[in-house]
This record gives sequence, structure tokens and C-alpha cells, in this order.
Amino acid sequence: MKKKFQFSELTPYLLEIPLYALLVVGYFFLVLHLLFGRLKVLFDNHRVYYAFAALGLIAIQGIVLDLLTSLLLKFIRPHLKGGPQ
Amino acid sequence: MNFLISGQHINPVYLTIIGFAVGVMGGFFGVGGSFLAGPALFATGLPMNFVVGTDLAHIVGKSIVATRKHWLLGNVDMKLGILMSMGTILGIEIGAQGIEIFKQRAQVDLVVGVVFIVVLIFISAFMGWESWQTLNSKRRAPKRKGIQNPLARADSSVFDYVPRKIHRIRLWPMISFPESGIKRMSVWIVWMVAVVGGIFSGFLGGGAGYIRMPALVYLLGIPTHVAVGTDLFEIIISASYGTITHGIKGNVDIMVALVMHTGAAVGAQIGVMLTKYFVGPWIRLAFFPLPLLGAALIIYGLVTGHNFK
Repeated sequence: MKKKFQFSELTPYLLEIPLYALLVVGYFFLVLHLLFGRLKVLFDNHRVYYAFAALGLIAIQGIVLDLLTSLLLKFIRPHLKGGPQ
Repeated sequence: MNFLISGQHINPVYLTIIGFAVGVMGGFFGVGGSFLAGPALFATGLPMNFVVGTDLAHIVGKSIVATRKHWLLGNVDMKLGILMSMGTILGIEIGAQGIEIFKQRAQVDLVVGVVFIVVLIFISAFMGWESWQTLNSKRRAPKRKGIQNPLARADSSVFDYVPRKIHRIRLWPMISFPESGIKRMSVWIVWMVAVVGGIFSGFLGGGAGYIRMPALVYLLGIPTHVAVGTDLFEIIISASYGTITHGIKGNVDIMVALVMHTGAAVGAQIGVMLTKYFVGPWIRLAFFPLPLLGAALIIYGLVTGHNFK
């Protein structure tokens, strides 16, 4: 063990999960639902474009969700009395 | 939810939970989590060629998130990561061509499944044994001569003599990695490790961190925390190439990857936070049962043919 585990450090993450889950459900319906048919057409007819679109989508989602989760933590931490800042 | 590209019906909540678990492990162990994500996708009934390609795509997004965290903690050796990615890309293409051969012979599920099981059992046994030996040797000799830094001592391994021997091999050109504390090492050895990792990545999916991370620590002598961050950084480049080559070959269902990744983003934050509480051998000891879980999922899928969606 390197450092003693403090439960308070985990609290912001536990609060973040339900908030994040709500946003992700909205994302499923608004964005992914719209993409479904278009990506299938691309997969069937233009495989090279599909491959690059796939890479672009997952990279963009990675960056956007990272920003979102970081913003959520920044929002939650100041509201926790005595929690890590 | 119907995933039109792979033609499978999979519950998105199941995918998100897999993504979350894999995200925690990726942040904590520094491996992409393909030893669990791949078998978990196979258990849904997804054909093995889609498992391999989709898992590679999924870890691109996840590695971006986890690498940023490790970058902020100073755990990324950029020079080593860029050098390794060149070899890994070559290895990924070799692995992807292998998938195509078995796909044409309609043997991809069986062959990849069996290779996966063998690799996972071997990795699990080796890491468990090594970590246990290292922790025991520390109890017997808490202060070994020549290792003054307490963190370096905490991160030492019973295989410390292996990288020392490898560093002595004079096969030009030689290169130094100051961020990893390595004065001189042959470029060819680094590339050899990268190509082998790439072949596993292209053939079994994911970033093959389960093979590359032990290779970085035990063969090249990279400190565990730097190996974790550098492996993730290298995965961004190599898995991007893997996504494109497997995407062109029709092995990527990007919708599955996108849904799975939503869980990984939040899981990765928790995994990185947990690394602050553990040192090298403890991280490795905690890792060893996880590949066995992956092996069990593949055996379940191959033997019963049943799947849980």
C-alpha cells in the first residue's frame, strides 16, 4: 500500500455516476439513434469511409466524455463539505 | 437494441457495464481491458472477428481518456511510446491478416477463442507467481543493496536481473529513455517487444496490454507506473491503425464500441484515482485473477454456444 485509502476521495465519483448516467441516456436517444442507419449505409457501401468515420467518432466521443466527466467532478467537489478540492 | 452492422441484438446496459468495468481496470492496471471486454463481447454472441475489431475501436476512446490522466500524473514516456507504436502497427497488420485467413476458413471463433484462453491462463499464472515471489522476497530482505529510493524499491521485481542483461546487449542503434531511467538499450529490442504486442493486438483485439505491460516491466525494466501510462499512450496510435484496418475488412461494429465506451469514460477516472493507493507488486498481484475470468467467459461461449444479451 502506498497511501491510506480515504473514502471521502471516492464520494465525488459516486455522486458523478448517476448524473453521468442521466446524460448518457439522453445521448443514446439523441445522437446514437440518429447515427444508426447512416453508419449501416456507410458500412455496406463505402467501407474505407466507414473505417475513418468509426475512428473519428470514437476519438471525438473519448474527448467529449472526458471533458464532461471532468466538468461534472469540478461541479460536484465544491459542493462536498470537507471533500477533496 | 439491434446493432445493424454486426446483426446482433445486445442489451446496451450490459455493454455500458462492461465498459465501466473495463474503464476502471484500464485506469488502474494500464491495460485496455481486452482480456475481459473481448470475452464479454463474445459471450453476447458477437462473432470473433467483430469482437477483435470492435474491441480495438473501443479502446481508442478509452485510452485517450486514461492517457490524459496518466499524463497529468507524469506517467508517460513519450519517446518510448512513439518508438513502440511503429513496431506495434506492423504487428497489428500481421494479426489482422491472420484474422482474415481464419475468417475465410470459417474457423475464426474457434482459433481465436483457443489462442485467447491459452494466453489468458499463461499471463494470469505468470503475473500471480511473480508478484507473490516479489512480495515474499521483500519481506525476507526489506532493504536490498543498491536500491536506495523507497519508491524504486517498492516497484522492484524478482526479475530485475532480466532487464539488466537486456540493457547490456549492444545491438546498434542504441537509445536512451531518461524518463524511464534507462541509459542505453537497443532499438531492435524495443521494436521486437512492440511487434509481438501488435500481433496479439491485431489477432485477439484490444491493446494487448496483458502482454505488453509485463514485457515493458520484466524485459525492458520500465517502472510499473511509467509502463502503465506509456502503454496507454502507445495504444492510442496503434489501436487507431487497428480500427482503420479492421474497419476496412468489415470487422468493426462502431455502435457497439460507442455504447460500451460511455461506461468506460467514468470508470477510467476511478481506476486512475485508485493507483495512488497501490505500489507495483500489489497492482500486479491484484491483476492476476482477471484474465482467468476472461478465459472462463470464452470457454462458456465456445462450449455451450449460449450467450447472454
